Amino acid sequence: MNKALLLGIVTAFLGACASERVVLLPSGDGATGAVAIRDKAGEIRLDQPYAATRRTLGGNRVYQSSPQEVAERYGQTLAAQPPRPSAYVLYFETGGDVLTAESQGALKVIRKEIAERPASEVQVIGHTDRVGSVEGNDRLSLKRAELIRGVLIESGVDAGKLEAIGRGERDPLVATADEVGEPRNRRVEINVR
Amino acid sequence: MVKVSRGSVSIEREGRKLAATVGTPVQVADRVRTGEDGSVGITLRDNTLLSAGPNSLIVIDRFAYDRVTQDGKVSVGIRKGTLAVASGRIAKRTPESVDFHTPTSILGVRGTEFVIEVAGDRDE
Repeated sequence: MNKALLLGIVTAFLGACASERVVLLPSGDGATGAVAIRDKAGEIRLDQPYAATRRTLGGNRVYQSSPQEVAERYGQTLAAQPPRPSAYVLYFETGGDVLTAESQGALKVIRKEIAERPASEVQVIGHTDRVGSVEGNDRLSLKRAELIRGVLIESGVDAGKLEAIGRGERDPLVATADEVGEPRNRRVEINVR
Repeated sequence: MVKVSRGSVSIEREGRKLAATVGTPVQVADRVRTGEDGSVGITLRDNTLLSAGPNSLIVIDRFAYDRVTQDGKVSVGIRKGTLAVASGRIAKRTPESVDFHTPTSILGVRGTEFVIEVAGDRDE
């Protein structure tokens, strides 16, 4: 085969296949994280909203993209993003397994959301404060989660959508020393995705 | 699990091709493919949000998540097309356990959202 023709074919092949682009987006929560892109040539770090890199045969080019470019190139992709998961926190009256009045009201909102989301899945996550042993708190937190899971099932939510998880004292809302009672940590979190 | 499915979207699993309708569970080693008119949105168990535009091929190479400790691993590949990502719980706690990769590069993330585009016509 003619060398020039062969080179032409190779270039066309790489041209079609080897172009890649990454655009960093502002996060849903307002903060922008960072992404590091590593390849044979090294590492590029993007940490500003709409910072972008385009890689072709000729090498990497870092540039500033824009909301317009993102909408034009990736509008369809971003339109298919699943709804953001939402989180609710329920609190208990002191020393028992009865929800506060406010949290009873929140349950209504949660049930509605579970019903309306496409293919919804729900994590019911129990937490404790740091009074007592780690193992005891694991059990207590799971018990609280299962209690709320039961309440949701009774109110008509499909049991198959609901998982109960006991995270014990390892994920406090408010950090404390061991053996400190903290009402804000005795809670059940409901995550709907 | 598939949360959004428009146009032609399929999952290739153990040599079989399944329709990726809303509510279809997504598993490790699944290859998610969209046609010319297709787009798909998937939420992973750690709340990672993935979406792919038309003519895309996405592979779930690894996913593990301990729902109690929240430790886990995520590795997702894009062979062609476009993939938008909003990273989840695992990336927040242990960003080093999360990567996204294209045919020629690896992306590490730090609590973030981004789009990857791979031009070309790779079918595998």
